[in-house]
Amino acid sequence: MSSSTDPIPEVPLVQLLAPSGERMTDPQHSFDGDRAEIEALYRDLVMTRRVDTEAYALQRHGELGLWPPALGQEAAQIGSARALRDHDFAFPTYRDHGVAWCRGVDPTLLLGIFRGADLGGWDPADHGLALPNIIIGAQTLHATGYAMALSLEGLVGTGDPDRDSAVIAYFGDGATSQGDVSEALDWAAVHQSPVVFFCENNHYAISVPVASQTRVPIVQRAAGFGLPGVRVDGNDVLACLAVTRRALQRARDGEGPTLIEAVTYRMGAHTTSDDPSRYRDAAEVDGWKAKDPLDRVRRLLVAEGTTDQFFADLEDEADALGLRLRTACQQIPEPDLAELFDHVFVESTVENRQQQAEHVAWRDSIEGSVVAS
Amino acid sequence: MNEFALPDVGEGLTEAEIIGWRVAVGDTVEVNDVIVEIETAKSLVELPSPYAGVVRTLHAAEGDTVEVGRPIITIGDGAPASGGAAEAPRPESQPHPETERQPMLVGYGPGAEQLVRRRRMAPPSVASVDLEKVKPTRRPLAKPPVRKLAKDLGVDLSEVVATGEVVTRADVEAHAAARQPAEPTPALAPSPTTPDDETRIPIKGVRKWTAEAMVRSAFTAPHVTEWVTVDVSRTMELVARLKGDRAFADVRVSPTLIAAKAICLAMRRTPELNARWDDEAQEIVVKRSVNLGIAAATERGLVVPNVVGADRLSLVDLAAAIGELTATAREGRTQPAQMSGGTFTLTNIGVFGIDAGTPILNPGESGILALGSIERRPWVDDHDQVVPRWVTTLALSFDHRVVDGEQGSRFLADVAAVLRDPAMALTF
Repeated sequence: MSSSTDPIPEVPLVQLLAPSGERMTDPQHSFDGDRAEIEALYRDLVMTRRVDTEAYALQRHGELGLWPPALGQEAAQIGSARALRDHDFAFPTYRDHGVAWCRGVDPTLLLGIFRGADLGGWDPADHGLALPNIIIGAQTLHATGYAMALSLEGLVGTGDPDRDSAVIAYFGDGATSQGDVSEALDWAAVHQSPVVFFCENNHYAISVPVASQTRVPIVQRAAGFGLPGVRVDGNDVLACLAVTRRALQRARDGEGPTLIEAVTYRMGAHTTSDDPSRYRDAAEVDGWKAKDPLDRVRRLLVAEGTTDQFFADLEDEADALGLRLRTACQQIPEPDLAELFDHVFVESTVENRQQQAEHVAWRDSIEGSVVAS
Repeated sequence: MNEFALPDVGEGLTEAEIIGWRVAVGDTVEVNDVIVEIETAKSLVELPSPYAGVVRTLHAAEGDTVEVGRPIITIGDGAPASGGAAEAPRPESQPHPETERQPMLVGYGPGAEQLVRRRRMAPPSVASVDLEKVKPTRRPLAKPPVRKLAKDLGVDLSEVVATGEVVTRADVEAHAAARQPAEPTPALAPSPTTPDDETRIPIKGVRKWTAEAMVRSAFTAPHVTEWVTVDVSRTMELVARLKGDRAFADVRVSPTLIAAKAICLAMRRTPELNARWDDEAQEIVVKRSVNLGIAAATERGLVVPNVVGADRLSLVDLAAAIGELTATAREGRTQPAQMSGGTFTLTNIGVFGIDAGTPILNPGESGILALGSIERRPWVDDHDQVVPRWVTTLALSFDHRVVDGEQGSRFLADVAAVLRDPAMALTF
């Protein structure tokens, strides 16, 4: 009898860049950018990793309540998000710091929500990026709804590249067990909505391995819902970019949704609150370390003649960003809880205002400055 | 001068244990250099330094449990201040005045938070003054149905002695039962709080795991224990000779090593000892290779990592593998995978000066051998002369469902034969 720990059958991956730094070919996908474009992608990867490791350290300093590390998943995030155009819209998870980077969100704005100081630091409309969703998988429904609206407003399949738009929904392997994700896939397929479902399969839902989550490769679910599925090496930024570009273009052209499974690995903990050594072997982690998404791009660039100066300058830029994050984190103002009431309704109600007044009266009755908690 | 207060690294933790300092007073540190390893209820965590500078003071010693929000290290500029006594780690950090709490830091203790909330200035009533005087007591932990039960029974939860960290239904019922007969004469009522002459230690971590494993093993596998006392002088000679051998220069050679080898050899003739009882499948599973567990006493308790494929290793490789396993165990870094899949266990109780015992099987295994202390004892030799010899006692426990007395005895006799005369190894 088979058990839940049986390995999931293997499905071929789209790969364009091997861990050794050598280019690979795929019958349907290619990356045609020049060295400058690869250098730009490498900068995205390095800066995302610095944001992530710096924020992780800030949690250990006691400056953040929590941080979900993206370590190891940078290529999946950068490759997919760099395939987006300005007027496309992304619905991220709480781990997609690299997606926020690509959408032009200042990294210091990622910190407030994890410091308990705000409810998300940017206006989604300014960046084409929703605020991170904490409810597992719920954003796939939001994305599908947004994509439906694009169709209804005639922003899909017109043939005008400045008009046609698409949506991308990010989620993890664990989220595929949520009903929300199945509903979103089904609805999007039935309505041929312009949405790309981008699953970052990082192999663990906190401590639950993906083999306990599904009996088939995640990409195979696409067939059941009636949409195309692509499985891509999630640590290969060139492949992720190529695959997502193609899927987004299908969506913009009115050809419907695509499911992309990016096979990657969460190198760190689920969040700063858990200890992955309790549920997985060091040998498994070491195996993935050899497939690091940054190392392979660096090898490629070195082979293609990128100068040492480029890498040194990038290191300096990352150091400066690290310092800026530390400083900015400590300068985040203490939140005024009374402001919470301002965000309940677009147009406030009498009851809401009354509750706000009661809170303010209570707050003012307390001596000295109040700890925000 | 910067003080670093212990942060809450895991959403709602209240304390952590200092496992090891990575810096000493006088060391220069950069931002994000690892300064200390701590263990919380959830995990081992390395803390990076938020400050650059010279370490002035360590406020807690290794092994101390520190409350979240208390300072653990002071980092300043320039050379450390003189005066050794003041620099020494204090066993318990000093209470940190509320006013010095750095509002920027997220680490908050629940106690501190209550104080802030209670300091109300209006209306200036008697009640608020009383609240100032009230010693902030921590609300006892209990699940809602238990709180309801306590309320129904008229029990004050703060008076209930919890058997664990959380007050259970049984605790409340026991408290209520103990209280009832005493009610008419309150003076004779038993003290509801923990007496001064006992310490209550929550059962958790390695202790809890060990307890569960021992109970499972002792009450499912019928244990038989056999002893044999043996002259191991020749093994001691071999150990001395190997210690001088260049090939063994980098590994630890000990009687434990020879015993481990003897077990692997004896297993060839009696593979029943390398088997396990699979109750679910109603099968006896005989393993083809020996994953030899080595019981190691560590600061956190007993751990039994195993050497995978010990029977296929040369003596020097076996020595290296055992050395690495025990070192990892002592550092508290044994991976869960290293403790699973064992097929037989060797435990050296001799290091504690003990002759013999009745070891309990590691669950899932059918044999465990205890090596007693090796001492000079009078021994009758082949010429009826009493001579001083190195003598030890071997004790073998086996699962009688899998192993009969005949096989168990043969296995033990084989191990003893190799230790009595290592040349007998040639016969296996």
